[in-house]
Amino acid sequence: MKRAHRFDVVVIGAGGAGLMAARYAAQNPNVSVAVITKLYPTRSHTGAAQGGVGAALGNVTEDRAEWHAFDTIKGGDYLTDQDVAELFSHEVIEAVYELEHMGLPFSRTPDGRIAQRKFGGHTREFGKSAVERACYAADRTGHMILQTLYQQSIKDDVAFFNEFYVLDLIIEGGECRGAVAFELATGELHTFHAKSTIIATGGNGRMFKVTSNAHALTGDLMSIAYRRGIPIEDPEFYQFHPTGLYKLGVLLTEGARGEGGILRNADGERFMERYAPSIKDLAPRDMVSRAMYLEIREGRGAGPEKDYIYLDLTHIDAAIIEERLPDITEFARIYLGVDPVTEMVPIQPTAHYAMGGIPTTIDTNVISDGRNTIVGGLYAAGEVACASLHGANRLGTNSLGDLIVFGRRAGIRAAAHAAGAEYGPLPSDNQDASRELLERLRAGPRTERVAHLRRELQDSMQDNASVFRTQELLEKQVGILADIKARMLHIGCEDPGQQYNTELMEAVELGFLYDNAEQLVFAALNRTESRGAHSREDHRERDDTDWLKHTLIYKDGDGVRIDYKPVTMGKYEPKPRIY
Amino acid sequence: MEPNEAQESIEATEPNELIETVDIVVKIKRFDPDADSRSYWAEYTLTARPSDRVLDVMHHIKWEVDGSLAFRRSCAHGICGSDAMLINGVNRLACKVLVKDLGSKIVIEPIRGLEVKKDLIVDMDSFFESYKAVLPYMINDEAPPAAERLQSPEERARFDETTKCILCAACTTSCPVFWTNGSYIGPAAIVNAHRFIFDSRDKGTAQRLDVMNAGNGLWRCRTAYNCTEACPRDIPVTRAIEEVRRAMLFRGA
Repeated sequence: MKRAHRFDVVVIGAGGAGLMAARYAAQNPNVSVAVITKLYPTRSHTGAAQGGVGAALGNVTEDRAEWHAFDTIKGGDYLTDQDVAELFSHEVIEAVYELEHMGLPFSRTPDGRIAQRKFGGHTREFGKSAVERACYAADRTGHMILQTLYQQSIKDDVAFFNEFYVLDLIIEGGECRGAVAFELATGELHTFHAKSTIIATGGNGRMFKVTSNAHALTGDLMSIAYRRGIPIEDPEFYQFHPTGLYKLGVLLTEGARGEGGILRNADGERFMERYAPSIKDLAPRDMVSRAMYLEIREGRGAGPEKDYIYLDLTHIDAAIIEERLPDITEFARIYLGVDPVTEMVPIQPTAHYAMGGIPTTIDTNVISDGRNTIVGGLYAAGEVACASLHGANRLGTNSLGDLIVFGRRAGIRAAAHAAGAEYGPLPSDNQDASRELLERLRAGPRTERVAHLRRELQDSMQDNASVFRTQELLEKQVGILADIKARMLHIGCEDPGQQYNTELMEAVELGFLYDNAEQLVFAALNRTESRGAHSREDHRERDDTDWLKHTLIYKDGDGVRIDYKPVTMGKYEPKPRIY
Repeated sequence: MEPNEAQESIEATEPNELIETVDIVVKIKRFDPDADSRSYWAEYTLTARPSDRVLDVMHHIKWEVDGSLAFRRSCAHGICGSDAMLINGVNRLACKVLVKDLGSKIVIEPIRGLEVKKDLIVDMDSFFESYKAVLPYMINDEAPPAAERLQSPEERARFDETTKCILCAACTTSCPVFWTNGSYIGPAAIVNAHRFIFDSRDKGTAQRLDVMNAGNGLWRCRTAYNCTEACPRDIPVTRAIEEVRRAMLFRGA
């Protein structure tokens, strides 16, 4: 039957985590592997990552995995699960070498080793000074990871289902048996019956107005898991990257500051000296984004509306800029008409990365509650997942590290599970919920427009739930979300066609985005402290007595229910986070 | 749908925003496989900012005028390679060309030489099959060292340009040889062969040159330079093809 498929391992998403998972699952000769993606694999947003992947190779100066683990935990404001950070900081070294062996064209040191540069929050000897830990390929490291992994999947002859939008997970009796997907080319639904299903669909940055994220990043599987009873962990921790191109949000890598770039306010002042005296512009992203907001709020923003900050690279040798930062130089030239070699670049914080996500064990098994109850046959890795490596704030370069370390773990474990498991029976009505969703959206009255509701969602999330939050703003946003939810019942679809109905998929994605916004806002309202990227102006201090715990938010009828999970502690006791 | 020209007028900016705007006319070649027997031109009159990307203009049309307009896009800043289109006669990424670079009349068509599925969406399968044909992955069966394989900065620089390819198909679908012979492997595939042939770590040159030497391989290139002009990543495509050609001559192909 054409529209029913059976694979031992089904991977949803074809970015770094998904392709890494597919590669390692495919190494197991006893299992069949398929990848489902709503794009073409090489269109995935891993390709937009620029600066590097952090691993303590020590190619430039001495470095140790132990220091990397500490930096990750401190950077995460002690919400990071410490066993995860310890394991990660060691495995990422192996994973980087494996990528090099697969052919990844890293930039090189004069002696021919993988080149490394400084990045925010990465230090030597537990915070003494910045260390060269980011392994890079010019400023297109993510592009090279994505290309290299896609190339390997061609070699491994992995089956791909491109432009298939997953609309549902099939979960029965605490076990995942596959997924239902919409084929864009035909408008048909397909059922993928699997022994192991790996979720690797990336982030949800499109819930904000100014974002570095691709249009595709609408949090689809975070929403689908949530609708199917799986909680989302720590969604209130959302990272704003300090250096997005003004108004566009296009990412300019932190590697620009790693190469010596400086942030300046309208007075030309290097203001980060006041906020992080030791590592200055290379402080972690949450701190830099907050400092930028404060500068702007206090009237020291640049431009006619005093609403941006400058990234200054003009003191760096032009040859170094062209060689190590060619892409971001081009972005500034094309989109803002500014040449970074001679002019300062207008920037603002841009919505960038979800620290939270679908909760998993250290082995990438999806869990359904605070007691770590495993959902059989279901795995998650990459930005969509929360292990929790990044805690309350992710360090730059640890996203690419996360993809390759946990993508690999997911692939190996999902394949091992599938090799020893039988296919669970599929419920005969497995496509019903997806079909009803599509029929409702196709037939909707169209008295509201998808694009307008999406813009209202994005604008209001930016205003009320981004870098700084208060109870008042978040409660206001709860009201706005309720209004948007009610009006979503009136959207519809002009295009009656079956083939390539991208309008219908945008309507589906609006529903996903809404769920992601709901998770974030209710979790943020609930957490009455400031920690990492979650900054409450009405609760300015970190509160380890009451809040050193992970949020788990569940969908509960028309509302939400919040539960908690302890943080796995280890060697490092929480300390004030000073850089 | 009637093959008439749709006349619509929309505001692309918030009305109270005191930013320079321009009136533009956008002509898009459209085709709906569920409704049309052949393609037709639709025309849209609208106001845009000079700094708008063509992709922004297309989103305005899709989101405010006609939701059925179909095109691919994702990253919106020239990295993912989804939105290659023929824009004012030149293959480019819709997210990487601005209104001010095009003037008041913008004509958008699907890239050529691949079957049009709907509006600006073309069938990419044959393009990716040509890519796969050049064995675009590291071939080296020697056991790797515990750490990285060494490669000098000079060796790394040798193939730097061709690592930039995002597989958008702008080059291949600008090639007149490809238009007349869809089986020609095309510049994108050759660029990706180059990326491995000149990588000091790779051992698969002989196999790849065999692919290049086949009937629809590299010898079909007529050096039209369209590919180099079309590349949104500024890869010197024609030069890369020349370098692969020379590698073939030196081995006596």
